[in-house]
Amino acid sequence: MSLPCNLTQPQENEYLNCIRCGLCLAVCPTYRVYKTETSSPRGRVALARKNLEGELELTPNLAEQMYACLDCLACNDICPVGIRPADLALEMRHVQEQIRPSGWKDTLFGELIAKPGRMKTATLPLRIYQSSGLRRLVYTLHLRRLLPARLRDLEGMLPHLPRRPLRRVLPEVTKAHSKSRYRVGFFLGCAQSLLFADESAATVRVLARNGCTVITPRDTVCCGMPAAGYGRMDLAKAHARFNIALFEKTETDVIVTDCATCGSKLKEYGQMLADEPEWVERAAAFSAKVRDISEFLMSIPLEKPAGRIEARVTYHDPCHLRRAQKVWQQPRALMQFIDGVDFVELPESDWCCGSAGSQLITHYETSLAVLERKMDNLKSTGAEMVASGCPGCQMQLTTGIKRRQMDVKVVHPIVLLDQAYAAEENSQ
Amino acid sequence: MNPTLIAELVKIVGKDAVLITPEDLAVYSYDGTFEEHCPDGVVLPTSTEQVSQVVKLAAREQIPVVTRGMASGLAAASVPFSGGIVLCLTRMDRLLELDQENAVVHVEVGIITADLQAEVEKKGLFYPPDPSSIRHSTIGGNIACNAGGPRCLKYGVTGDYVLGLTVVLADGQIIHTGGKVIKDVVGYDLTALFTGSEGTLGVITEALLRLTAKPKFARTALVEFNSIEDASQTVNAILKAGIVPATLELMDHTAISCIEEAMHLGLPLDVEAILLVETDGQEETGVTREIETAAEICTRHSARKVTVAKDETERQGLWKARRSVAPALARLAPNKLGEDITVPRSAIPEAVRRLKQVSAKHGLPIVIFGHAGDGNLHPNILFDKRDPQQWAKVEQMVAEEFAIALDLGGTLSGEHGVGTLKRPYLERALGPVSVEIQKRIKRSLDPQNILNPGKVLPD
Repeated sequence: MSLPCNLTQPQENEYLNCIRCGLCLAVCPTYRVYKTETSSPRGRVALARKNLEGELELTPNLAEQMYACLDCLACNDICPVGIRPADLALEMRHVQEQIRPSGWKDTLFGELIAKPGRMKTATLPLRIYQSSGLRRLVYTLHLRRLLPARLRDLEGMLPHLPRRPLRRVLPEVTKAHSKSRYRVGFFLGCAQSLLFADESAATVRVLARNGCTVITPRDTVCCGMPAAGYGRMDLAKAHARFNIALFEKTETDVIVTDCATCGSKLKEYGQMLADEPEWVERAAAFSAKVRDISEFLMSIPLEKPAGRIEARVTYHDPCHLRRAQKVWQQPRALMQFIDGVDFVELPESDWCCGSAGSQLITHYETSLAVLERKMDNLKSTGAEMVASGCPGCQMQLTTGIKRRQMDVKVVHPIVLLDQAYAAEENSQ
Repeated sequence: MNPTLIAELVKIVGKDAVLITPEDLAVYSYDGTFEEHCPDGVVLPTSTEQVSQVVKLAAREQIPVVTRGMASGLAAASVPFSGGIVLCLTRMDRLLELDQENAVVHVEVGIITADLQAEVEKKGLFYPPDPSSIRHSTIGGNIACNAGGPRCLKYGVTGDYVLGLTVVLADGQIIHTGGKVIKDVVGYDLTALFTGSEGTLGVITEALLRLTAKPKFARTALVEFNSIEDASQTVNAILKAGIVPATLELMDHTAISCIEEAMHLGLPLDVEAILLVETDGQEETGVTREIETAAEICTRHSARKVTVAKDETERQGLWKARRSVAPALARLAPNKLGEDITVPRSAIPEAVRRLKQVSAKHGLPIVIFGHAGDGNLHPNILFDKRDPQQWAKVEQMVAEEFAIALDLGGTLSGEHGVGTLKRPYLERALGPVSVEIQKRIKRSLDPQNILNPGKVLPD
C-alpha cells in the first residue's frame, strides 16, 4: 500500500542516498543499548524508505521505531552523505499523525501547552504536592522507597518547584542595572518557567547586570518542540507563528533563551515556515536573532565576577545545544570565567543522557539504560557539580544521581555565574 | 517461521533475542551494499553455548544460518538470500581477558573493533588492523572477511593477528583452534581456514588476538605527482630504501577532482596522483628521519610538491582529503559500487590506465583510490541504480574491472571478500581445481549446506 499523496512527507533526497555504511550505528545511543538494527538510525532510514516506497505498511511497530529515536542528532552529524536520520524519524511521526491522528495530542499540544494559563493549572497538583509539605514528608519518612521504582524515578527527577510560574512573576521589562546597551528579548520556555524558575530568574539578573534591558513577553507559548516530537508539525508551526508575531512587537536586537531545546527549535522557525510566503521572511528574521544564553553572554563584554565558586564542576552537553546549535565552547568558557571553578571535562560529554524530553516516561527502560553510561562517566570525573543548560537533561541527570545515591549537584551554568556575582555582593 | 521453531529459539536465547516482526526482518535484509533479502527470523545470542544450540536446531531443521555483525560488508556476504536465520552476534561483545604479559586479548567477536582498540590502548597495547569501517564493524566480521585497511602495508591484515578461534561447527559442535602461542605447527592451520571464510564453514564466536606496542609517534606527508607512473615508481623506491611506511595511500586524478568538486578542500586539479605517506614508530627521531628520507625520495622521483605536516593539526589536515573520499562519492551520485581489486605493485599505472578506458567506454565515472603500497585499488563506479540502462552497464564494467586485475596477475579482492557479488568470477580467478578442493572443504565441514549458503563458492 502506498501513502495518500496529499500528505506532508519526507522527500526522496532525504533517504535515497543512504549508502548503508553503518557509521551511524556507532554513535546511536539506542543502538548501543539494544545492539539491534531495528533500533539503529540506518534501520530507521530503511524502514522510512520502505514505507514511503510502499513496501511496508505504517504499522504501530514501524511508528514505534520512529518514536524510539531519542532525537539526539548524533546520526545527523556523522552521516558522510548528509542523510539526517533523526529528522526523518520526526517527519515519519508526522506522517503517522496525518494518517492516524491521536485525539489526545490536539488537547495536549493544541489546548494545554499552547495556553500558558492552562499549563499553570495543569501543573498545580505538583506544586501543591511540594508546597503543602507532602513532598518533604515523603522524604523525611523515607516513603519514596515504598513507591514503585518507576514512579520513584519520576518523582526524583522533579526539581524544587516554584510557587508560581515565573512567567506570572517576572516583569515584562527588566531594566539594565547600569547603562542599557542591548535590548534583549527573553524567550522564557515552559519548563524553565514552571519547573526551573530560579534558573531563569538568574538568567534575567545576569543579563540586566551586563547592560541588557530584558523584555519577557508574558504570552509566550511553547517553542513547538514537544508538538513536533509527537508528530504534530502543524501545531509546532502554529506555535512558531504565534511567537514570531509576539516578539516582533518587542523590537529587540536579540532573542535569548536559557533552554537548549527551545533554542534549537526557535532557530529552526525560518526553516519550518520556509514554504509559507507570508511568514518565510519574518520567521528567518526571528531565527537569526535567537541566541542561547551562554552564546550571547560570551559574545558581549561580560563583567568578571569578583566572587568565587570553589567547586569541581563538569559539564554535560545537551544534544539540542551542541548538535542542533553547535554551541559547546561558550558554556564551558562561561563557567571557567568564574574564579575558583575547577573545571573537569566529562568523558563522552556529548553522548545523550537519555532524557529526550519525555523518554523517561514513554521509554523507561531505554532511557535508564542510556543514562547508566552517562552516570559511569560522571562518576569518573569526581565532580561535585554537573552543569547543563537544558531542563530535560537536568531532570534526567538528577534521576541518575538519586538512583545511584551520588553526591553531585545539578545546575544550569548561568546559576554559577549568578552565584559568583552574588558572592561578591555578600562579601562587600 | 513456524511457531514451534520460534518457541524453541526463544527457549535458547530468550524472548527479546528472537526478532520476527516484518520491520525487524526488513532491516536485517541488507548490508553495506544495495543487495537485500529478508531472513525468516533474527536471533541475537549472548554466548558460544547459545550459538551452538541455535545451530543444532538449524541443522536438525535444515534451515540456513547467516552470521553477521554490524553488516558493514561490501560484498553482500551477510545478506540472507536463502532466508532462514540471521545469527547476529552484536550482543556477544565482551572483552574476556586482556593478557598483558603475553600481549594477547581474548574477546567475544561481537565487540566493535574500535572499542577493542580503545580498550587495549588504555594499557599501552595496540591492535593494528584498521579497516575504514573500524567504528561500525565487529572483530567477528573483520575475521570472517580477513579485513585489511591502510595500515596493512606495515602491520599486516586481520588474519596476521588471529592466534586462535572458538568456532561453532555446522552440527553445533564447538571447536577451539590455536592458542596464546605465537608458533604452532601442530596439525593443519584451522585458524587460517576459518579466517576469511565469510561464515560458510563455521560460526566464529570468540577470538584470541595478538597485540603489539602502540607506536608513539607518526609523521605524514602529502605528495603530488604529474604522472601516476612517477607515483608508482616512488612507492617502490621508498620500500626499496628500507622504509616501510604505516600507510601509502594513492588517490588518482578522478578521486582528487571528485573530492574537490564535493568538498572544496583546495586540492590541485592539474595533478595526476597524490600519495599520502605516513611513518610511525616508538622514537620520534627515527620516525622523523624516515618521513624526511621518504620526502627526499619523492622529490628525486619528480614529485611536483611534497608537504610534510609539522604538527598534529597539519597531519589531520592532510588526512582530510583521503577521509573525504567516501562522502564525496556519495554526494556525486545516488549509488556507488566500490571494488577492491589487487594487482602487483608495479602494475598499478597500467591498472589505472585500463580502468579509465572502461569508464570512458561505458560513460560512467570510475573514481580510483587505494593502498599503493600493497597494490590494493578501490575503483568506485558512480551511477544511479534507478536507471536500468546504467545498472546494466555497471554489471558489465565490474566484470571488466575483474578481468583487468586478473590479466595483470592480481586478484578479485584484497580486503572486502567474495560474498555474493564476486562469486561469479571466482572460478576464473582460482581455476577449477582450486574451486573443487574448496567445495570439498565446504562439504566436509557443512554437509547440509546450511552455513551462509550461496556465498563465496559457485554452485
